[in-house]
Amino acid sequence: MLKRRRLLFSLLAILPVIAIFAFVRVYPISEILRLSLHKWDILSKKKPFIGLKNFQELLGDRLFHEALFNTSIIAFGVLLITIPLSLVISALIFHRTRSRFAAFYETAVFIPHVVSLVPAAMAWKWIFDARLGPLNAFLSLFGVQPMSWLFDPVLSIICVIVLCSWQALGFAVLIYLVGFKSLPVSVYEAAKLDGASGRQSFWHLSVPMLKPITLYVSVVTLVSAFNVYAQVYVLASDAQGAPGRQVRVLVLDMLENSFRNYRVGYAASEAVVLLAIVLLLTFVQFTLLRDKRAAR
Amino acid sequence: MSADIDKHAREVGDRTFKVRATNLSIDLFLGLFGLLMILPLVLLVANAFKTPQEMLSWPPTVIPARPTLANIEAVLADTPLLRWIFNSFSFALMSAVAILITSTIAGYILAKFPSRAMSVIFAIILATAIVPFEVYMIPLYFQAQSLGILNSVWGLLLGYLVMSFGIFLIRQNVIHSIPDELLEAARIDGAGEIWIFIRIVVPLLRGALGALFVLAFFQAWTAFAWPLIVATTKDSYTIEVGLALFQTGFTVDLGRLSAASAIVLVPSVTLFVFLRRNFVQGVAGTGLKE
Repeated sequence: MLKRRRLLFSLLAILPVIAIFAFVRVYPISEILRLSLHKWDILSKKKPFIGLKNFQELLGDRLFHEALFNTSIIAFGVLLITIPLSLVISALIFHRTRSRFAAFYETAVFIPHVVSLVPAAMAWKWIFDARLGPLNAFLSLFGVQPMSWLFDPVLSIICVIVLCSWQALGFAVLIYLVGFKSLPVSVYEAAKLDGASGRQSFWHLSVPMLKPITLYVSVVTLVSAFNVYAQVYVLASDAQGAPGRQVRVLVLDMLENSFRNYRVGYAASEAVVLLAIVLLLTFVQFTLLRDKRAAR
Repeated sequence: MSADIDKHAREVGDRTFKVRATNLSIDLFLGLFGLLMILPLVLLVANAFKTPQEMLSWPPTVIPARPTLANIEAVLADTPLLRWIFNSFSFALMSAVAILITSTIAGYILAKFPSRAMSVIFAIILATAIVPFEVYMIPLYFQAQSLGILNSVWGLLLGYLVMSFGIFLIRQNVIHSIPDELLEAARIDGAGEIWIFIRIVVPLLRGALGALFVLAFFQAWTAFAWPLIVATTKDSYTIEVGLALFQTGFTVDLGRLSAASAIVLVPSVTLFVFLRRNFVQGVAGTGLKE
């Protein structure tokens, strides 16, 4: 009797939350899967089922290829900068935990992660600006010719990578710091007694022991970089009326297909590709983690 | 004998000197690195107060030589900046409150009322947590459209009512910090379930709720793609969308752009510095996700 009443209470209490959750998460996710198999152009009422035709078209879509390629380059570029740099920075901050300035280091590294995206991107846009930007002025001190960073196809991707890494770094450092704090002190003391230098303990103790954290941070960084949009929107959109070169990324291509070309079904199939990439990355993370646990 | 002690003392002295020197160089490096990280933002705020002539000077000045408020006045006059800030603020606040309520209820129930139904619900929540928002925002847009809430704060809110990680965070906290015995004792004393939830559970979760609130607030405050497609009239822009569209205009000059950005940046950075502990706790919690 009492047990049943408690069950009833729990179901009644959680019901509204479940209803909201189903409406704003579960339903749209199932909808995106369904739409990807249909041809739906906003203007027409009919939504015929066309099987995998959308995905077949994606295979031959040059703009989609460009978007997929750029997004992957950006994601792995951010990963390559963020992981080594954050590992070193967090090791140094952890080493100086008792320093008076530790709070400053943490805050300074973390602030780019929390500030609004658009104003931050605006700051970088000015830095990269070909005529007025301090970057070209700085490089000219070394005799480097001014470059139009945001208008060159390769350079503009590098700019996006720099901006995204600048933002991703704080999160990675924070998670690594949590990791460093959880490492057993005794192992380091033993290593020190055996005459290991700080650098040696870093390479042979910290790096291997932090592997699960590295895996986690890598996947989170990659997944969020695959969803890059605002940074590209500000840095590489047609700014100031000039025909700036766009760096096409997945989310941009998807929104353009949906809201400019009115091809919702086709955009949905792009979203499914994005989802597949994210699931693959998560799957790889779990497999590697399990292998590691099994090996122990 | 005494020579030995001398030698030993010298070695120890050498070593502490070496350690000190290393620490000093690490401090120097980290200090420089930290300054470099915030330099773009500092320069942006500085630019907001510069005259057009000074903006072009090299090296860039950190403290404007002849500070001017002209940029800020111009941008406040030309754009509904305050309106956009108000939109963002009310959106972020409402989203944080909604996420707090839904996460607390779901997290508590999932932790303390185990049944087969609850396990299934929790599995579904975890599974959807992997899916990025960008993947399903197009169908969600059409749901907002059919509800007739586009271009309003309600439309914005639709995407940010729940947070899988929030539910997970509260569930973990309930499991770790609220013993079953406490709830049983209250029940034996005749307390109702709702009373227990409001009077016992919520106060005990204060720390986690603070972290979640800050996390949710900043998540909505910095949202971009969703507000960009949902809020498309000048009155309904959030500050992020308003600024992004403002900077693609033809006649915008750098001083005004910087002024607008500074107006947005300064309060949010200040808020962050105050709430840093909460925020760090919340984000660090994400590391425990697996």
